Amino acid sequence: MKIREVQAILNATLVYGEEFIDKEMISACGSDLMSDVLAYVKEQGLLLTGLVNPQAIRTAEMMDMKCIVFVRGKMPDSSMIQLAEEHGIVLLCTEYHMYKACGLLYSNGLCGKE
Amino acid sequence: MSFLSELIKLVYQVDGDDFTAAGSASSDVKRIMKQLGMDSEITRRVTICMYEGEMNMVIHAKGGEAFVEIDDEKVKILMKDKGPGIPDLNLAMQEGWTTADETARNLGFGAGMGLPNMKRYSDEFQIETKMGEGTTVTMQIWLNGGKKVA
Ligand SMILES: Nc1ncnc2c1ncn2[C@@H]1O[C@H](COP(=O)(O)OP(=O)(O)OP(=O)(O)O)[C@@H](O)[C@H]1O
Ligand SMILES: [Mg+2]
Repeated sequence: MKIREVQAILNATLVYGEEFIDKEMISACGSDLMSDVLAYVKEQGLLLTGLVNPQAIRTAEMMDMKCIVFVRGKMPDSSMIQLAEEHGIVLLCTEYHMYKACGLLYSNGLCGKE
Repeated sequence: MSFLSELIKLVYQVDGDDFTAAGSASSDVKRIMKQLGMDSEITRRVTICMYEGEMNMVIHAKGGEAFVEIDDEKVKILMKDKGPGIPDLNLAMQEGWTTADETARNLGFGAGMGLPNMKRYSDEFQIETKMGEGTTVTMQIWLNGGKKVA
């Protein structure tokens, strides 16, 4: 699933990364606790999180994740956007809660590898 | 032939008060490993290990120091702090065990997965701790023939 499709499905605002939105995501991970995310080293394209602080960006960076979706309408601040720019990580914001956002992406085919 | 003829040594001070800057040492190591053209899976394992260690020093130990050595066989990460120490290492190594409070959890930490992750992603993992004196974690990741972590 391309990032632009993720954006459309989640009715999300693109905060940063226009030039990368045709990147293909093969799997995703949803969590507010970063070590949970770090426990799955397999290629994870997309991170969904309610955690809006620089460590969400750092975690994506360490994991080579290409896109972060902030759920529940939370907006990253300018220092986070700058960090995302440095590492070419797309930032999206959706009003949906975690459960719904994950469910929508999953049912639209972003299931990850079994 | 090896791609590194000389040992690379890096030293970082990890500030315990600056939560925003936390992770920048790991980020720097990632940048350097990429620049050296090192394998991306190994780079990821190294930086996850170091990032978990860095966050532990920030959240549990008011900061510390990180020493990284890269040669043609391995990456060695040594993380040393003068924090409170860990009373029961067996407990601390268990997945899900944490003393992180509400504040740390709100910052995204406290799954109790950091130390288990560090052990799982490194080829060699050692931890020494003394109450009231501090904690030292040493991790090594082999460049060839190391773990496959899927
Ligand atoms: N450097 C340290 N100094 C003092 N205590 C530590 C240190 N590192 C870990 N601990 C203790 O060990 C526990 C387990 O650490 P671990 O990294 O596995 O989980 P966590 O940091 O609590 O949560 P997570 O890493 O999942 O965000 C911590 O809650 C803390 O009590
Ligand atoms: Mg931890």
